[in-house]
Amino acid sequence: MTVDRRAFFKLAGLAVAAVELPVLGAARAHVDPPEEQPLKGRRWAMVVDLAACHRYPGCTRCMDACRREHNVPSIPDRKHEVKWIWEDSFGHAFPAQGSPYLDSELAGKPVLLLCNHCDNPPCVRVCPTQATWKREDGVVMMDWHRCIGCRYCIAACPYGSRSFNWVDPRPYIKTLNPDFPTRTKGVVEKCNLCEERLAEGRIPACVEACPAGALHFGDLADPESPVRQLLESRFAVRRKPGLGTQPQVYYLV
Amino acid sequence: MYDAGKILAGLVIFLLLVTTPVWWSFAMGAEVRAPKLVLPEGRRACVLPTGEMKATHMELLNRWRDLAVRHGDRVMTTWDGRKVRRSLTQSCLGCHTDKDKFCDRCHDYVAVTPYCWDCHVAPRGGAS
Ligand code: HEC
Ligand code: HEC
Ligand code: HEC
Repeated sequence: MTVDRRAFFKLAGLAVAAVELPVLGAARAHVDPPEEQPLKGRRWAMVVDLAACHRYPGCTRCMDACRREHNVPSIPDRKHEVKWIWEDSFGHAFPAQGSPYLDSELAGKPVLLLCNHCDNPPCVRVCPTQATWKREDGVVMMDWHRCIGCRYCIAACPYGSRSFNWVDPRPYIKTLNPDFPTRTKGVVEKCNLCEERLAEGRIPACVEACPAGALHFGDLADPESPVRQLLESRFAVRRKPGLGTQPQVYYLV
Repeated sequence: MYDAGKILAGLVIFLLLVTTPVWWSFAMGAEVRAPKLVLPEGRRACVLPTGEMKATHMELLNRWRDLAVRHGDRVMTTWDGRKVRRSLTQSCLGCHTDKDKFCDRCHDYVAVTPYCWDCHVAPRGGAS
């Protein structure tokens, strides 16, 4: 059998590929930066369509996705629980609207709750180490490296959006996601609006996971954005607006 | 000189005692070896020249941490033009895949215990 130039090069190419591909392939997914551009916005916000959400009673997909994405522990003892996105009754979420004679549609139904990423966040004002701060695009960030666990922010947040790690969370995480660090005993945590996903051009995990299309994420500063149009066409409320925190999670009712 | 003999004998004994650690380890044949590190296969270079990495990777990591988390600047361009994620687990451990036989070996030798792994999850090679 004779090997001509062409066949030789083909073989050589295959051989190189066989040697290099596993190495490059394995590492490319991680070391190299993602190909997608980061999502950029001026005022990120979330719009929750309660009616759409209630079409899937008992659904926990958004909460499960968040737990998986961010290694949020499932601690059975409610005194120690850690919450990023969770449910509570309408009456608890909107105490001012909780009269039994109003909202008969909604009264007994659950409401999805998460950090409101306030425009005027009280948690940020009280943090002594700047472990939490508001980014220019509106995300209220946490820098877990700086959190000293003083819990002032927990006291300041009127929405109960922040949790303290009273116990080591690791035993309560079913499958560890190596791409997002856990937290330790002694630090505070909360929803980060999937800031690490936005950096890779991906929308928040809860929004992606929702089978009902009940969660809408977008830039309110952009008049063309779907979230802005939803707010223009439908009636929306925010939690405890009278406190002046300017929450940026809107509920279509 | 008074008591020259006693003083000299005393000095000799003193010197012997003071140098115990040195001659003792020679006598016992104890040997200190630099740790054997497993370097990544199929990779030419680190994110900084090797000498700089050895000396300053802890400071580099602190910078990466602040740039990535606080300034949203998550991509680094190396001196030879490669783009790398600023990530402890995805980059450092993306190339140095066996933490046990690289980071930990050297850290055990120099007796440092970074607390990063209390939170950051090493893909494999275990915690600590
Ligand atoms: C209390 C938990 C905790 C400890 C301890 C901790 N980190 Fe982190 N670190 C995090 C979390 C959570 C993130 C993710 C934040 C994000 O992506 O915005 C992170 C992100 C980072 C990042 C950028 C993103 C990435 O994927 O790596 C770097 C770099 C980093 N940490 C370095 C360190 C170093 C170095 C140490 C040890 C000296 C350390 N961290 C200790 C929780 C921790
Ligand atoms: C692109 C792959 C890659 C990434 C990413 C990477 N390294 Fe390296 N690193 C290497 C290679 C290859 C060497 C060996 C270089 C040589 O042989 O001169 C090395 C060498 C080192 C050394 C010197 C080891 C010695 O010889 O004593 C240290 C320390 C080190 N890396 C730490 C890190 C840390 C910490 C990070 C994350 C900030 C990191 N590396 C990220 C590939 C990488
Ligand atoms: C060649 C030896 C060597 C290797 C390999 C090495 N380190 Fe280090 N590392 C050191 C030394 C020495 C120190 C302590 C420096 C000091 O005390 O100032 C240190 C300190 C650190 C610190 C700061 C710890 C602290 O408590 O302040 C971090 C974080 C760190 N290394 C991460 C890594 C990671 C991640 C790797 C593997 C990718 C790695 N190192 C590989 C030698 C090494």
